[in-house]
Amino acid sequence: MMQITVTVNGTSYRREIEPRLLLIHFLRDELRLTGSHWGCDTSNCGACVVWLDDIPVKSCTMLAAMADGRRVRTVEGLESGGRLDPVQEGFAQCHGLQCGFCTPGMLMTARWLLDHNPDPSAEQIREAISGQICRCTGYENIVRSIQWAAKHSEPAG
Amino acid sequence: MTGPPVPGQQEPASPAPGAYGPVRRKEDARFIRGRGRFVDDIQLPGMLYGAILRSPLAHARILSVDTEAALAHPRVEAVITGETLARRDLAWMPTLSRDVQAVLATDKVRYQGQEVAFVVATDRYSARDALELINVEYEPLPPVIDAERALDSGAPVVRDDLGKTSNHIFDWEAGDAAATDAAFASADVVVTQDMLYPRSHPAPLETCGMVADLDSVSGKLTLWSTTQAPHAHRTMYALVAGIPEHKIRVVSPDIGGGFGNKVPVYPGYLCTIVGTMLTGRPVKWVEDRSENLMSTSFARDYHMHGEIAATRDGRILGLRAKVLADHGAFNATAQPTKVPAGFFHIFTGSYDLQAAHCQVTAVHTNKAPGGVAYACSFRITEAVYLVERMVDLLARELDMDPAQLRLRNLLRPEQFPYPSPTGWQYDSGNYPRALALAMDMAGYDELRAEQAERRQRGEYMGIGLSFFTEGVGAGPRAHMDILGLGMADGADLRVFPTGKAVLAISVQTQGQGHETTFAQIVAQELGLTPDDVEVVHGDTDVTPFGLGTYGSRSTPVSGAAAVVVARKVRERARIVAAAMLEVSADDLEWTGGAWQVRGDPEQSATIPQIAMAAHGSVELPDGVEGHLDAETVYNPPNLTFPFGAYICVTDVDPGTGAVKVRRFIAVDDCGVRINPMIVEGQVHGGLADGVGMALMQVIAYDENGNCLGGSFMDYLLPTAVECPSWELGETVTPSPHHPIGAKGVGESATVGSPPAVVNSVLDALAPFGVRHADMPLTPASVWSAIQGRPLRTDLAVS
Repeated sequence: MMQITVTVNGTSYRREIEPRLLLIHFLRDELRLTGSHWGCDTSNCGACVVWLDDIPVKSCTMLAAMADGRRVRTVEGLESGGRLDPVQEGFAQCHGLQCGFCTPGMLMTARWLLDHNPDPSAEQIREAISGQICRCTGYENIVRSIQWAAKHSEPAG
Repeated sequence: MTGPPVPGQQEPASPAPGAYGPVRRKEDARFIRGRGRFVDDIQLPGMLYGAILRSPLAHARILSVDTEAALAHPRVEAVITGETLARRDLAWMPTLSRDVQAVLATDKVRYQGQEVAFVVATDRYSARDALELINVEYEPLPPVIDAERALDSGAPVVRDDLGKTSNHIFDWEAGDAAATDAAFASADVVVTQDMLYPRSHPAPLETCGMVADLDSVSGKLTLWSTTQAPHAHRTMYALVAGIPEHKIRVVSPDIGGGFGNKVPVYPGYLCTIVGTMLTGRPVKWVEDRSENLMSTSFARDYHMHGEIAATRDGRILGLRAKVLADHGAFNATAQPTKVPAGFFHIFTGSYDLQAAHCQVTAVHTNKAPGGVAYACSFRITEAVYLVERMVDLLARELDMDPAQLRLRNLLRPEQFPYPSPTGWQYDSGNYPRALALAMDMAGYDELRAEQAERRQRGEYMGIGLSFFTEGVGAGPRAHMDILGLGMADGADLRVFPTGKAVLAISVQTQGQGHETTFAQIVAQELGLTPDDVEVVHGDTDVTPFGLGTYGSRSTPVSGAAAVVVARKVRERARIVAAAMLEVSADDLEWTGGAWQVRGDPEQSATIPQIAMAAHGSVELPDGVEGHLDAETVYNPPNLTFPFGAYICVTDVDPGTGAVKVRRFIAVDDCGVRINPMIVEGQVHGGLADGVGMALMQVIAYDENGNCLGGSFMDYLLPTAVECPSWELGETVTPSPHHPIGAKGVGESATVGSPPAVVNSVLDALAPFGVRHADMPLTPASVWSAIQGRPLRTDLAVS
């Protein structure tokens, strides 16, 4: 067993864990933050995407121990002060989800994209989410959702 | 009967009347916040975790299973083997196709990934650790992998447990053989082709799983389960495990996609139930991705031979199909018809032809069981692929444009209701209109001109069409059941004193948006807004019996039940309104979302006003019980028959074999659309599936029966970069027998799109003289076809 301290969505958690514990299971089973999902084991589907420090990572192929002393942001940390993030609004406005299983990972990638490219083209959006799989939407409305969010996001800085 | 108007409402809450339209989904509020509740999100006090030991071999005799070391693991609470289950008469369970399937293997393993033992431990990781401690001694047997060799004399026999001496399952035929022979004899042209619809997998993003909790005091067993059919599963558990049905509660919480994968009862579910019975504690089991791909219901695996007959000027006369169906180790196709090949005999498709005959032979192989899954409308996917490939091949033989050949032979609007040569009764359609719209949207003539110009430059562009007719909304009692259960669906509607309503339905959602669409249906019928109606689903304790969500049946069956029950409420309200307004009920008319005295708009009552009165403030006529609540059961009189015209434009690089889908135009007609936004979303998803199946997805095996599609590294699903921006069009031909004229749509695009993509790629390859190549048209497959050496895509290339 080992001790780690991880700041998740602004709250610091200290936990005793097995060194082999995956970050996705730490978030879901230990912290009960079940918004991030596990879908494939092989880093292909992206249902588990969260931010580590400020970079999207696939938490099914990272150890919780690797997050020791670092910051994690999950879908539960998108809403702030009772206000939805524009990417959350965008997915609801443009029917960017059906079963909702891939949605949290898609939202985290979308937020990262818009932070770094506030006005992405459709091709840039498709490229950004190409490491993630959605089985329901055929991606069309996910692209539209992120475009909606780009239009409704406040300028960075 | 025509449907109500479909106003273009853009705001989340639409005012009554006119609740139909692109209403934003109620479900989204929880999902965008990460607050969905999927099976693996459920955590109960004292909960244990299960894991399954699976066979590494495709075919082997089990000599011994030693669990001693696993049981000695400090965190292991129980180890269950086939022997444990055999003592409870649970080692085998019935399939949905009148076969049996091993829950945990006792005699032999029959495919790689088959369930052998189940460990229950205090945490996920320890359960997995303990699997490593189980020692199974196998005697390897030669496997049967290639369906085309399964009936060879001397082939290993998969199902010796049934006393079988061969791998034959059934022979079945439909249509009129003699009439078909006559049609072929009179034809100028006959075209034949062998084609494979390869084994595929629905692969919902959430895998299958269950949390089982037996209350040892009350005897109540609660099962949170990834099921598309909670009521049918409850009955199955009662029948198989002998648990009284009223002591079982199946909850289907949020489900991360189904696509048919979550219709069957899988061995893991029964093991989880036995786990809670043995330990007295809740048990969670969630399979991993490889388990999902290797052991749960695959789809398709139809080896087809098609023959089409026509006159020289392009009049189609007859169609034949001969199919070899690979059902895997257990005949577990999840389909409700009383015939063994599902709806395959709808294979005459959308064409007006004289005669047709199909013949299907099914075999066992040492591969995972299944065959009907994955948005296929019970084999219509295979049927549409066959006829649409044959029509394209005929066009090439006749040197006719494939669109013109289709227009020449499509059923005409005046032929509906249309009795098909194999016994179907298509309800309604206007096919030429849909194809003309698709061609117009695509700019078909310009595309052909561009193609000719590009070919001059040595560029290979393809234009592929498909036209499909689906039959969805299973189904009529005379022809369909599941384990003897008829396919009717119930609906209960309660209207509270303030006029707010709760609708309980038997189907549940895996992303279809029932909480929104069904609220729209009730709102439309009662003059309420969708926000006034709460939809309850997915919990057998609080919903009426029904067979669940698959085969695009929710709107055709349960949607109809919702309409009927709402109209019952409306009729009850009429009696109360008559008392309130002191007129005869006959003097009232339903208009503007209220009961109104004929000719006197000042005198009317809305449902909320009537509901309050019905609960106590008005003197009721004799014989009227009060309240407005109603219930119903809907038995569909026929299937509904949605249809569509698809056009796919591809660019093929002959040097690498790479295919790019440049455009995809899809015109769908699913009758009246309750929520067009949701319909279009479902079509988008199905189109992506079609591109995946045509170009990427296949569950192949090597000669030893090793599954070569056991992870998302190997089983390739389309991402956003493989998909074009879909171009959708719509025509509306209401179903005459559905109470609001709606038809199902969930599987239309999955059924209709693969042949459009394949026809497009083969159109691009025409200058190379390539007639046909099998899905998936991977770069390797396309390149090999160009070299004149088409690949067998379902077996390992050695």
